Amino acid sequence: MPAPDKRVTIDEIVGEIRDGMTIGIGGWGSRRKPMALVRALLRSPVKDLTVVSYGGPDVGLLCRAGKVRHTVCAFVSLDSIALEPHFRNARQSGQVTNTEMDEGMMLLGLQAAAWRVPFLPSRVGLGSDVTGLDPELRTVTSPYDDGEELLAVPAIELDVALIHMNRGDVGGSGQYLGPDPYFDDLFCGAAKRRFMSVERIVETEKLLELGPPQSLLVSRLMVDGVVETPHGAHFTSCAPDYERDEEFQAEYAATARSDEAWDGFRAKYLDVDEAAYQEAVR
Amino acid sequence: MTDAATVEATRADVCAAALADCFRADGEILANPIGNLPLIGGRLAKATFGPQLIMTDGEAQLVENVMPVGIEGAERVVSNWNPYRRMFDLLWSGRRHVIMGASQIDRFGNQNFAFIGDPAKPKAQLLGMRGAPGNTINHRTSYWIPNHSPRVFVERVDVVSGVGNDRAATLGPAGRFHELVHVVTNLAVLDFETPDRSMRLRSVHPGVTVDDVIAATGFDLVVPGAVPESRVPNAEELGLLRTIDPTDLRNAEVPV
Repeated sequence: MPAPDKRVTIDEIVGEIRDGMTIGIGGWGSRRKPMALVRALLRSPVKDLTVVSYGGPDVGLLCRAGKVRHTVCAFVSLDSIALEPHFRNARQSGQVTNTEMDEGMMLLGLQAAAWRVPFLPSRVGLGSDVTGLDPELRTVTSPYDDGEELLAVPAIELDVALIHMNRGDVGGSGQYLGPDPYFDDLFCGAAKRRFMSVERIVETEKLLELGPPQSLLVSRLMVDGVVETPHGAHFTSCAPDYERDEEFQAEYAATARSDEAWDGFRAKYLDVDEAAYQEAVR
Repeated sequence: MTDAATVEATRADVCAAALADCFRADGEILANPIGNLPLIGGRLAKATFGPQLIMTDGEAQLVENVMPVGIEGAERVVSNWNPYRRMFDLLWSGRRHVIMGASQIDRFGNQNFAFIGDPAKPKAQLLGMRGAPGNTINHRTSYWIPNHSPRVFVERVDVVSGVGNDRAATLGPAGRFHELVHVVTNLAVLDFETPDRSMRLRSVHPGVTVDDVIAATGFDLVVPGAVPESRVPNAEELGLLRTIDPTDLRNAEVPV
């Protein structure tokens, strides 16, 4: 029996995203981000999103395009450029609020959602203003003899998860071939609807020729739709297929300096479809 | 030998040795200094007194050899896979000592590099919380501050990302793994070896006076009667520093 065919288009994916939804985006910083999906979201009329991300240019672009009301981020960075300039502007103008989050706390929140438990206990966050700034956070006392008081890190439930993998099959099995899985499987686990873009869709039989079993990070049980988007993580890195496009990233970062610069960038790269974008950056 | 080394060592070399010494009491752990000079210091520690220390390659692997800093494609002897999710396993296990930066730090070592100003509309959005809350509550933490000034050493930080000693003391058993070790700056080494665990001047770098440090600190520092000079790296260490930092990143970061 063949696996189900879950191939969809970029526009079908974006069509599922509604105003006010909470969306989680995989990758880390400026690494293996589902940028083709983010770009499609920029072209859509969607607004008032809450974005959960180990943030990079995905968050900066969505903020700059006015799609975001709130972020849940421990950082938003372009890696080689420490601070994401569009995110900075969005925060400093008060356009976007952020839930101040520890990196590991976010992992626990996503894991809790993926495991369908309301929280996971941790020391992470205690004593810091992660707890001071968020009156919703509660502690929990160990029911065992130690009686330790821990932070009850709440589940981070997502409406939609967007991730990008190196390879995948039509059924939605996903394979990463770089050094780090990041938390893409947890983003899928935490979401009601899960969409994966891949550099290349291959026959299922080919997957183990490309990498060891442990490279098969994403199970099709966690994916509702898959789309092939070659070079689709550009300008973030997608090792080993390609490294970050540092020159393009610098050009992008410079657009935070003026509306004119942004408008020019937007007209050239963002108000066009994915094929035209790929043509423009080739 | 010592005299020659004294003449030769730059302020950045002294900083590198002080950063290395942060790991002096550590056993077999991940030494995880962040930033160029801390990395150089950490690798000096591994090359001298700390061969049991393990370090990252800056991406997702742990390495056994002393890699040069700032050299792309440098040879690495990989002994472990350490993607971010396993980094959290490691740091929550406590087998790690991090050296982080700080935009602000107070007398108890509460650190901020998240943002300045109103949380809803910050005057300056900085790094965010990153891993500072989880790091400080789980394992040893030191800080590197290349610009010792009253803007950084403040009476009160705008927001606490890294947990200080006063706050950790209120947490009961959950605070038991919290341990701030040293704060190394371009002027001095500071520690928390005081009865109330507030910050103390441990040593001043050669060429810096105690008054210089007091003037550059925006809160009342504990200053012992006699403050020693920071250790100057010996000739062997200076030779190693040239190997670890072949492009002289350290003297670019602290140009004195």
